[in-house]
Amino acid sequence: MADLSRTPSPSDARDDGLRSSWLARLGWLALLAYVVYALSILNFNVARMLAGLANAAELLGRMFPPLFSRADLRELMFAGLLESLQIAVLASAVGILVSLPLGVLAARNLMPAWLSWIARGVIMLCRSFHPIIVAILFVKAVGFGALAGILALIVASIGFIAKLFAEAIEEISLKQVEAVRATGAGFFNMLIFAVLPQVNARFIGFATYQLDSNLRNSTMVGIVGGGGIGGTLQAAFGRFDYDFVCAILITIIAMIMIGEILSQRLRAIFL
Amino acid sequence: MTGAAQPGRTSGPKKRRLPTMTNATAAAPRPSAGPVEGSALSLKDLTVAYVPGRPVLKGVSLDIADRSVIAIIGPSGTGKSTLIRAINRLVTPNSGSIHFQGQDLARLRGRALRAARCRIGMVFQEYNLVERLSVMENVLSGRLGTLPVWRVWLRAFPKRDISRAFDLLDQVGLAGFAAQRADALSGGQRQRVGIARALMQDPDLLLADEPTSSLDPKTSVEIMELMTQLAGQRGVPLIVNMHQVDLARRFAHRIIGMSGGHVVFDGPPDTLEDHHLHQIYGGEGWLT
Repeated sequence: MADLSRTPSPSDARDDGLRSSWLARLGWLALLAYVVYALSILNFNVARMLAGLANAAELLGRMFPPLFSRADLRELMFAGLLESLQIAVLASAVGILVSLPLGVLAARNLMPAWLSWIARGVIMLCRSFHPIIVAILFVKAVGFGALAGILALIVASIGFIAKLFAEAIEEISLKQVEAVRATGAGFFNMLIFAVLPQVNARFIGFATYQLDSNLRNSTMVGIVGGGGIGGTLQAAFGRFDYDFVCAILITIIAMIMIGEILSQRLRAIFL
Repeated sequence: MTGAAQPGRTSGPKKRRLPTMTNATAAAPRPSAGPVEGSALSLKDLTVAYVPGRPVLKGVSLDIADRSVIAIIGPSGTGKSTLIRAINRLVTPNSGSIHFQGQDLARLRGRALRAARCRIGMVFQEYNLVERLSVMENVLSGRLGTLPVWRVWLRAFPKRDISRAFDLLDQVGLAGFAAQRADALSGGQRQRVGIARALMQDPDLLLADEPTSSLDPKTSVEIMELMTQLAGQRGVPLIVNMHQVDLARRFAHRIIGMSGGHVVFDGPPDTLEDHHLHQIYGGEGWLT
């Protein structure tokens, strides 16, 4: 009799596996509460937005028509644009090259724990700051100019590609690796024949995405002195030459679009 | 032909057949009960535990002769795969020895272990081909243990290896498939590539871990025929794990029945009777 009273009836005991955890529900509730609270203190309201819209309209009005006609400004703009392009390409190339080994080192299924943690630490460090903060640091360290911008974007590229690359490696099929290991292959041959084929496509995807992203970021590092068209853009803003600002913005948009098309072509070739 | 026939005086490991292997660890002391003369592989008291204190393989001893097909049968989870994987050290045994060509595989590490693996081909249940590589690349991966990294990186395989790979593809019935990607093949075709890869190693021992479990009955027979035939031609012993008792009876020279981490039957197929199967698998209803 005592045994019977101890075992609960089957309907109570069975876990139907449908209930979500109360912790997750609590989390959603907390998030909702915080959004409401943040909205209430940030002065984020319709009246302010309408006032802002009027300003924006005036700014837009002074931007048009964009100023492409002055030869000296045009030259300035294209020089900046070219430098931005160079910053982006160089930073991507170096960043990708460094990310390959770093990503492998950070993959926990291939490396001993202590090594992957060190590699993860480096990657985490690269990811901790927004590129603009890294760019400011490098401008202070190595002076104004493209070098600072390149270094900043290399750091950003490593933070992005190496992390995703390591994650891609951690998701590979170890059966294929095991079979290649069973042939007596050494570590590097195993890497080349069993690991890389499984992650190649994704790696190229990450790399072209980062090239895209570096193209955009390369126009930004100039604002803090890291070289490229960002410097020209900021100077134009400072002098209230909004029509020239507009010309620069349109050119940047064109460059990004061309970059996007090129990286899509690149992906089509490799995937 | 028994272990007792050569007491103590087994200190001449260089005299063993197959001189191809450099005997780096030949000086390592051999346990007094050495391998049986004429046996290609000799397991002694092999114990493997994935969780400490709960061994999957409990002191298995076996002598495998040259040129024979050995089928290991037994219920799932009884240590068949573990046994096969311990031989080429995909699994590290906790104790016991694995004598192969004058070396104790259980004690090898690093370079010596990889060199020993080069001599042992393995075929897997799920083929374990590198899906995104071509059939040719998969076959050539049987040579990875012997090639320098730069050659592998540049895919600069020796011409001799490439023509051997073509020959092997012919022999497994996949002529004309070299340039296809492995993931474009059917299960039976993939397993043929797996066999070609294992043979590409020019192995002195072939292991197969449930090579037919993912295949339909007809293809299973074809794959078993192919493997036993190719292993027989080369005079290489073949150790196969399998679930299908009928296939084991049909192709093996010797059947080893395992249950609960122990060998409970060991003999030629015609001596395997229902009461043995009852002992191996338990229950009886399925036998009728």
